[in-house]
Amino acid sequence: MLTSIRPAVVMIALFTALLGVAYPLAVTGVAQVAFPTQAGGSLVHNKAGAVVGSALIGQRFSEPVYLHPRPSAAGEGYDASSSSGSNLGPLSPDLIARVQRDADALRSEAAGRAIPADAVTASASGLDPDISPAYAEFQIDRIATARGVPADEVRQVIQQHIKGRTFGVLGQPRVNVLLTNRALDARFAGAGAH
Amino acid sequence: MNIQGWAEIALTLGLSVLLAWPIGVYMSRVWNGERTWLDPVLKPVEGLFYRAAGVDPSRSQGWLGYAGALLAFNLAGFLLLYAMLRLQGVLPMNPQGFAGVSPHLAFNTAVSFVTNTNWQSYGGETTMSTFTQMVGLTVQNFVSAATGATIAAALARAFIANRGEGVGNFWADLTRTSLYVLLPIAFIVAVVLAGLGVVQSLAASAHATTLEGGSQTISLFPTASQLAIKQLGINGGGVFNVNSAHPLENPTPLTNLITAISINVMGWAAFFAFGRSVMAKKEVRALVVAAFLMLGAAGAALYVIESQPAPALVAADVSTTAGNMEGKEVRFGVPASVAWATQTTGASNGSVNSMHASYMPLGGAVTMFLMQLGEILPGGIGSGVAVMVLMAMLAVFVAGLMVGRTPEYLGKKIEAREIQFAMFVVLVVPLSVLGFSAVAAVLPEALAGLLNKGPHGLSEILYAYTSATGNNGSAFAGLSANAPWWDTTLGLAMLLGRFVPAVAVLAVAGALVAKPRLAPSAGTLPTHGPLFIGLLIGVILILGGLQFFPALSLGPIVEHFDMLQFMARF
Repeated sequence: MLTSIRPAVVMIALFTALLGVAYPLAVTGVAQVAFPTQAGGSLVHNKAGAVVGSALIGQRFSEPVYLHPRPSAAGEGYDASSSSGSNLGPLSPDLIARVQRDADALRSEAAGRAIPADAVTASASGLDPDISPAYAEFQIDRIATARGVPADEVRQVIQQHIKGRTFGVLGQPRVNVLLTNRALDARFAGAGAH
Repeated sequence: MNIQGWAEIALTLGLSVLLAWPIGVYMSRVWNGERTWLDPVLKPVEGLFYRAAGVDPSRSQGWLGYAGALLAFNLAGFLLLYAMLRLQGVLPMNPQGFAGVSPHLAFNTAVSFVTNTNWQSYGGETTMSTFTQMVGLTVQNFVSAATGATIAAALARAFIANRGEGVGNFWADLTRTSLYVLLPIAFIVAVVLAGLGVVQSLAASAHATTLEGGSQTISLFPTASQLAIKQLGINGGGVFNVNSAHPLENPTPLTNLITAISINVMGWAAFFAFGRSVMAKKEVRALVVAAFLMLGAAGAALYVIESQPAPALVAADVSTTAGNMEGKEVRFGVPASVAWATQTTGASNGSVNSMHASYMPLGGAVTMFLMQLGEILPGGIGSGVAVMVLMAMLAVFVAGLMVGRTPEYLGKKIEAREIQFAMFVVLVVPLSVLGFSAVAAVLPEALAGLLNKGPHGLSEILYAYTSATGNNGSAFAGLSANAPWWDTTLGLAMLLGRFVPAVAVLAVAGALVAKPRLAPSAGTLPTHGPLFIGLLIGVILILGGLQFFPALSLGPIVEHFDMLQFMARF
């Protein structure tokens, strides 16, 4: 092993230079030039040019005029500097109580409707940007009432934002909450109590 | 469950094997020192490495010399990474302003990345600076994977030799695997992923004012470059706390497919490379079939289990058609989540795109069981196929005992010495997993780290030591593992799970290399047909699985019956 000391030290130093410095910097260079938006975090700007979020990162919405996202266990909720799932086991009393509480709140909003699972379950990342089309549909009446606009027009905006499975098999149909809410604001500018 | 779901799972598992075939042929050419089309670019770099290090790549080492070099290189890597972690606060490229990490976390993390485990007692975006992630962790993602590959390369040479001496040159195997195999593939995958939305930024974060007027800080990292090798190197340590569930690390179903395939493709490729190098393609194909059958069965079981009505949803009268969505992302749903969970625990990867802690009780059991089988489905690059070959040797040994003949495998007589070393590998896993778990289950200091109580708490403990010993690195993440007890003992479990098998495989190689290579005779047990595949699966299930059954029945299996009782109320 003693004769291996010099090669071990030299090799780890060279690998560090090549794989730890040159490789990531080369990838960064290529990515920043070829795909600046994606490599920069898919940030979304408003008309004034200020960053309002990332198309890939969920954010908190509680006003009735907006689509609401899933429950989040990231920090105080949708903290994009501290991603986390709840990590509660399937029989955890905390989980069962949380789901019951959230389901009751939703039921008071739209009695008699089936509540989709993603509406009351925390995502793995705590930053899930999407909800299921079923949960978006569930919220249409509330949004329409709050904005004082016909439900069908809200439905139209939401349906334009449903993304299907990739190649028909990969992933699940979904609605991006931030992008849809921006579209709602744009479509119904000035309408309702907002 | 639906047809798209089954198709997505089949695609993920199947494409990994199909794509591995050409990569395996290439990997074998690299191990054998044959010409490759990257020679014009990489030969000069390779030569520079050897000259600077003062090694002669053509000098074949005995197994002890090879093992000594492997251990020396890993020790040097450990010391460098440990120093970087401790000194993080004064090193450059720290826009986050993170301080150096504690001694026990630095020990755990350095061991974790050097052993190809990537167990993470920390949350990436709240602990590790850009420098640490890039210059420290990414490097080990490459070289720890290459270290695993060297073991298989040496073992292959031992089988093919006829009364030979050396098992190859560690420095050449390490350098060639890193430069010719891992680096080019990782570079291509990283750039593709960045194009599909994976963040690759040297900035610490972006600040947003949300539509409702709140503020949001979004952590950024050079993620794509680390993600590509974290998957391809079967390491698994994510840049972000939630790993590949994070939308900036895994933004779409397509990035999910690419990275899920990347988990296993190099592990399978090492199987094919081994088969080509020992000129035993049919025999190695039998190993792949055995491994794939077990992996496929586990994937199907997980899909069925996670599609069942979850107790919390049933209790609150919520729709259960989407399956158990706690700890899963909407864009992935159940099928893409369980396909990933199957891949990551069958290989010794350990990255996650859903939270295993929130899986149904039997879902958690399947992921643990896959790791307890010894990380051979297909396991790490090279380390997986090497341990699988030991399992095959045990299978022919068992068959030999039944018919009273000296067993042979791939042209070599299998005798007492090989079986003894193989048993070391088989026994070190339960010794570490069950030994540490037993102590942790009664130690107040250990129990303080648990999030869940009762059988799920035991599952957290069992999962942690299983994951560490198997060099997997995934977690029931409710466990708060960044405490002296957990960091230290999990670090020891990782060392045991890595270096005992590595040295044992090299010792087997050392024993085999000196033996004459035999032509198969009428009395040789055929090791490529369905009979042998069945025998091998039996040996793996009995050796790997049964040792853990009592422990699993106190954790997830008890929890399953608790769940049935709970559900009976609705």
